[in-house]
Amino acid sequence: MILGIDVGGTHTDAVLVENFHVRKKAKVRTDNADIMASLLAAARKIVSKQNIGNIRRIVLSTTISTNAIVQGKTDRVGMILLCGPGLSPRHLTPGKDLFFAEGYTNHRGITVQPVNEKEISSIGEYFQRENIKQVGIVGKFSTRNPEQEMNVAKILTVEQRNFSLGHRLSGQLNFPRRAATAYLNAAVYDIYQGFVREVQKFLKELHMDVPVYILKADGGTILIEKSVSCPALTIHSGPAASIMGVLATADIQEDAVALDIGGTTTDISVFADGVPLLEATGVTIGERKTLIRGLYTKSIGIGGDSAIRIVEGNISVGPDRDGPAASLGGRVPTPTDAIIVLGMSSLGDTQKSFDAIGSIAAQLNNDIASTARIILDKTIAVISENVRRLIEEVNNKPVYTIHELLEGKKIEPRILYVVGGPAEALAPGIANLLGYAYKIPEHSEVANALGAALARTTAELTVLADTEKGELIISEEGFTKKIPHNFSSAKTIEAGKEALRLRAVKMGANINDLEMEVTDFQEFNMIREFYTTGKNIRARIQIKPGLIAPVPLRNQ
Amino acid sequence: MKSKKKNTGLIFFPAFDWAISATHPEREERLLYTQDQVFEEGLLDLENILEFKPGIASYDDINRAHICVPDASSLATKSHLISAGGAITAARKVMTGVVDNAFALVRPPGHHAMLVAHGARGFCNINIEAVMVEYIRKNFGVTKIAIVDTDCHHGDGTQDIYWNDPDVLCISLHQDGRTLYPGTGFTEDFGGPNALGATINIPLPPKTSDEGFLHVLDHVILPVLDEFQPELIINSAGQDNHYSDPITDMCFSAQGYARLNEKLSPQIAVLEGGYSIERALPYVNVGIILAMAGLDYSHVLEPDYDPDRIRQSPAISRFIENESREIIKLWKSRKSMKDRIVGSAGYVRRSKNIFYDTDGILEKQTETVRVCADCGGLVMIESAADTGKKIFAVILPNRCCPECRKNGEIFFERANPGQYNHIYWQDREKDEFTVK
Repeated sequence: MILGIDVGGTHTDAVLVENFHVRKKAKVRTDNADIMASLLAAARKIVSKQNIGNIRRIVLSTTISTNAIVQGKTDRVGMILLCGPGLSPRHLTPGKDLFFAEGYTNHRGITVQPVNEKEISSIGEYFQRENIKQVGIVGKFSTRNPEQEMNVAKILTVEQRNFSLGHRLSGQLNFPRRAATAYLNAAVYDIYQGFVREVQKFLKELHMDVPVYILKADGGTILIEKSVSCPALTIHSGPAASIMGVLATADIQEDAVALDIGGTTTDISVFADGVPLLEATGVTIGERKTLIRGLYTKSIGIGGDSAIRIVEGNISVGPDRDGPAASLGGRVPTPTDAIIVLGMSSLGDTQKSFDAIGSIAAQLNNDIASTARIILDKTIAVISENVRRLIEEVNNKPVYTIHELLEGKKIEPRILYVVGGPAEALAPGIANLLGYAYKIPEHSEVANALGAALARTTAELTVLADTEKGELIISEEGFTKKIPHNFSSAKTIEAGKEALRLRAVKMGANINDLEMEVTDFQEFNMIREFYTTGKNIRARIQIKPGLIAPVPLRNQ
Repeated sequence: MKSKKKNTGLIFFPAFDWAISATHPEREERLLYTQDQVFEEGLLDLENILEFKPGIASYDDINRAHICVPDASSLATKSHLISAGGAITAARKVMTGVVDNAFALVRPPGHHAMLVAHGARGFCNINIEAVMVEYIRKNFGVTKIAIVDTDCHHGDGTQDIYWNDPDVLCISLHQDGRTLYPGTGFTEDFGGPNALGATINIPLPPKTSDEGFLHVLDHVILPVLDEFQPELIINSAGQDNHYSDPITDMCFSAQGYARLNEKLSPQIAVLEGGYSIERALPYVNVGIILAMAGLDYSHVLEPDYDPDRIRQSPAISRFIENESREIIKLWKSRKSMKDRIVGSAGYVRRSKNIFYDTDGILEKQTETVRVCADCGGLVMIESAADTGKKIFAVILPNRCCPECRKNGEIFFERANPGQYNHIYWQDREKDEFTVK
């Protein structure tokens, strides 16, 4: 059995899953001041002396890091940036203890300006004086050559100082995002480590010796002990849990759209051939754009509790929420009340819904039922219009080759999966407007925990082979090796896949789940003075987000 | 920072799967390191820089700017339709107010492609700026446009297409034609009989550096633009004036390019040449993008940038100052020039031989223009290439006068199909293109 727990902003869900079947489920309110307590409360509801021995694996999705950021409970971070030429460093603002230091590498990974040891040492003295223990080090183009970041860390190494190096967190190019990512990683390092220790202590008390995984923002899992050095990857895992939940409750194989209709917002996510789409560069946390790999989701300001008002003689829905539905004691009518009036739900005090919708109807000189219908139709129209625009946006993503521009894959969803309170009432209408079919998956009230429970381990690597330089580099592993001048693209991908396999297994992947995919591949002849001097080969390889394989599950 | 932030559109299409040939400067790798720099700087995350996917130009779009022999589909491959489409997308985003300005960072380039095109010359098949300009005129009713060609090579194709058009001001600054392909673009090339002064050439001596470029900008280009009052300024933005370019001999820098774009403040920039793909392009392109977006570009410096090492000599400075004065004198006398040059002639004829270096074609061409006081004038071209193709074309200008139109119709009617492979009718005013 697998125990899956999702600590969400409002609720904490827990499930026990056996052979892909939900055996037990529970839901408790989240105490944002004490995440650990919420986790345990949910677990206690379904784990008993009888079944605890059957649990083979635990997967947690937690808001611990996200909350720390939102509540400003993060650590002070000393940041050292090796900027080189380009955009003005004024655009970079990761933290207050920020230093721009000498040293930079160009786009080929060639060192142009060395690191100034004396300068770094004096920055180190400042950190010491100020008792700064978390240090982020990020160089421009460090993914092309991590040496300078590692050098700086080496110079600064003292006991009890932790380093977040840019190149380890993502192999993608984007210096400001890399800086933000390293900053966040360092900022939540300590609080996250504390959480991990508590989880481990608790399991020890229960004499449970099973692997514990944490859900990352990209919908994949990582062994909790391996996540300690990269807590940034677990920030923002909430939407990932929800999307993996849809995947776990519905057998998606095709292009599809999933909607999670909540109280305040509706989250839209997209699947291509059954695989959830990832953010092109990384997730945005608050104001910070990062390189944290995350599932693509768009949140729109409309949901079951959106406030209904009359604006210039017309009904408007949202985008704000002004308390719960009238039937639950709210002050303003909501789509949920309209659903109640139309007899599709009987949540709370239904008379209050009739009163609330009735007051709107009276102002418009209309009867209650048709007013409720108008509200529902409006809600449906807003959501479907947003889905349509989102698909258009996804399909309009810029591409850089003639082949892709002319023949690139277009996402053409034909089916809509809808979860959340108002799903039953809204799904038919939204699907109808979009011309899609629709499904409302089972167990959707604990979909997030289920998604966490069944998510596989994911990982990604960026490989770059520069045969003119005679070097192969895998940024995320901080790995470089000499290669011969005739090194081929096939060998580059082979090297990348081997490294990815090792990385994923270390992170806790089952060997049956290593579904690899080359997501990006480019090969260029390098010509200097009219002669071919080498090849520049770039590949990004990932283990696709998805569910764990059913076969090994049965063995558990 | 002096300038205000602007919303800048970026149409980035590096055509990573297209090359003229494997080791040609115009090859897949050309914008690779530019892409690296643009991505690494995180430019696409800035709220005032918006990236758009290029559209695909149609053959009708091409036929508005060119007489392609035998036809547009034989000359414009998919890659050319996309790069012209990218330029059109840039224009659309600006003209519809989505952005304040836009940079089409696309390839293949186009500024050597002339009005009549038998093949590829100077790495160009289709003049993407001209295709864009005609698109703008047709769809957005713009009349007066200025194209400032900052490529190191004379923008001879663009000059040829607008030679007789008084509404399109073509200013080209480039390395002196006596020292570089295509060997043209001298100050006396000043436009056709009805469009004198609408072509301005500023040849610069080899080793001209930032000072020289900025001098002609301040003393020739900006004053001329100020007087011409274009509704739209386009930078035909070649980057081969850079001190590290392998096929030219100039000393311009990324800082210089950025400053030029800041001062020129074009609504649209379209990438042309530039073949120092590692040492120059990443920095020049980032500099141009930041300058267009009104952002601080002072940190965009090539790793080997040393202004003292590349500074032009005092002799070059004196030469450029003198030349600038001469050009302005010429510009000021443009109105009185017509009588002197044209006299009482009804038609003016010029003959030229055009060599297509990229495709190895030689073309002999005679262009006849009707001298007209009311419009750019009817243009007729007879052209024969050593491919065996012989054609005749009648071209009516935008805002064509009734007299030129009537004459054009008669000439087209009378042209003998037995004498030519193709006879073309291009009506830029009514947007008609027919072949007989």
